[in-house]
Amino acid sequence: MIEVTDLGYRHHARSPWVFKHHSLSLKKGEVGAIIGPNGRGKTTLLKALLGLIKPQQGSVTFAGLPAYVPQGTDTSFPYRVRDLVVMGRARTLGLFASPSRQDYRLADEAMARVGIEALANRRLTELSGGQRQLVLIARALASQCDILVLDEPTSALDYHNQNRVMAVLEQARNDGVTVLFTTHSPQHALAIADSVLLMFGPDEYRFGPCDEVLTDQQLARLYNIDIRTLPFEHNGQAHRAVVPVFGSMA
Amino acid sequence: MTSQIAPALMPLRVRGGVWWLLGAFLVAVMLVSLSTGNYQVPVNHVVGILVSSWWPVEVTWTPVEARVVELIRLPRVLIAALVGASLALAGAALQGALRNPLVGPQIVGVSSGAALGGVLALFLALGTAAVIGSAFVFGALAMLIAYSMARVSGNSSPLTLVLAGIVVSAFCSALVSLLTYLANPEDSLPTIVYWLMGSFATASFDKVWVVGSVLLLAGLPLVLMRFRINVLSLGDEEAQSLGIPVERTRWAVLALCTALVAASVSVSGVVDWVGLVIPHFARLLLGPDHRKVLPASMLMGAAYMVIIDTLARSLTSAEIPLGVLTAIVGAPIFAWLLRQSSRRGALHD
Repeated sequence: MIEVTDLGYRHHARSPWVFKHHSLSLKKGEVGAIIGPNGRGKTTLLKALLGLIKPQQGSVTFAGLPAYVPQGTDTSFPYRVRDLVVMGRARTLGLFASPSRQDYRLADEAMARVGIEALANRRLTELSGGQRQLVLIARALASQCDILVLDEPTSALDYHNQNRVMAVLEQARNDGVTVLFTTHSPQHALAIADSVLLMFGPDEYRFGPCDEVLTDQQLARLYNIDIRTLPFEHNGQAHRAVVPVFGSMA
Repeated sequence: MTSQIAPALMPLRVRGGVWWLLGAFLVAVMLVSLSTGNYQVPVNHVVGILVSSWWPVEVTWTPVEARVVELIRLPRVLIAALVGASLALAGAALQGALRNPLVGPQIVGVSSGAALGGVLALFLALGTAAVIGSAFVFGALAMLIAYSMARVSGNSSPLTLVLAGIVVSAFCSALVSLLTYLANPEDSLPTIVYWLMGSFATASFDKVWVVGSVLLLAGLPLVLMRFRINVLSLGDEEAQSLGIPVERTRWAVLALCTALVAASVSVSGVVDWVGLVIPHFARLLLGPDHRKVLPASMLMGAAYMVIIDTLARSLTSAEIPLGVLTAIVGAPIFAWLLRQSSRRGALHD
């Protein structure tokens, strides 16, 4: 469960608010998506609600253990994938402890869930951007978190790997994990999210059920371009496709 | 990394093989060093002399040989090994905790601070104990100042810490120059200059105890924190999101490294380059994982320092200052290592 109330953040006391009075709530096992244009503060919002940066106003409540999947990792030390994934266990290990066999077992399981067992002994620097993102997701899963917060988990991935990540998130949801992720693709939100937060401006946002919030009007307003959501059917189920009309200005 | 090292080292993939080799290498280097010098003692005599302290063996050596080995060379070789291990361990830990493979103990201000403390004590002609104590106190002080300069609103980024360290180092070096300038050329000046360039010539068992106990008290916790250092090396935000108290952990690493470096400088003067070069060697051999790099750096640093000291006292009839040798040997090795590690991707993409 995630409960965010009236959250506000600015970099310095005199700088303008990146966002303020933002509230959202997700129940256990729900999936939330955060959508907004570049530079609107999606990543900042995630960091503020995780406490990685200190928000000036508002409160955040997590019921359970959160894990964060950043957009990328940049280390001067190219660790092996397995050693990096096992770092997800760091929270449970004391100051002088190193991961046990049990910790490595959980890391192996997490890699299997994301489908990267084959990469276990590769070095991070040998991997593509997409593979790295899968490694970071596996690391978060290895922590046995109750809440999974992901920053653009699909941004560097091709359709096959996007599908894989969505399946991983869906499985996490089915296991009772609450999932919150940012994305540039409303299509991903439509595919798995229960609720969506649209970030229009520093103190203007819309949070609600996917079907109500992700309308043509709202999306057009968000991106300042005509966007259509077109209904279609697949395997007897109703879907919607998000199609931006490039060249148009809303 | 084991898969990437030279094929000649492939047999080492036997479980623990690298550790046995590094350990055996260190012991061999120490034995050779004990036998080398103006008064040559055969290695089998050296072994006999050492073993005879615990185990009765047939005496094949002369009393003079026993005295040379036990009283003159043993403390010196032990100190060289302990100082090498301390400096290399501190360097490896700092590189991990500050997320920068190019920092060494001198970067965060500890070395220069300790040097200033030692020079001040020598300038005031205060005696050996005071030199050790003062080097220790000033080293810690320099690190504290650098750390508080880098600390803005409760957080310190590795980059500002490195920059603050450079500022503190420059300030301390200026004061060292001032004291050197003011020192009495007949009396304290040569002592200061010689001490600054580093030497194990004044080694004694008392000093062995100083460095040895600091290595045990500060080095052991540091080696045990090896996995934490791995996590720290990912960067502050990532480490924090993985549940590590970043600021406190880095503070602990810095404090322990300061103790190691200050203790080393206080007994041997300033010996740069070891803390920078050796961890790179360790990474080239064993990969970037600090769980291996920290203990390997200790073993390799110890062996390296013993080799350097043996060269320093046996290459020429007069002793070559250690700091001079470590830089002359260390700088080209470091240049070569940098190329090697970037080629093999041990350092970055």
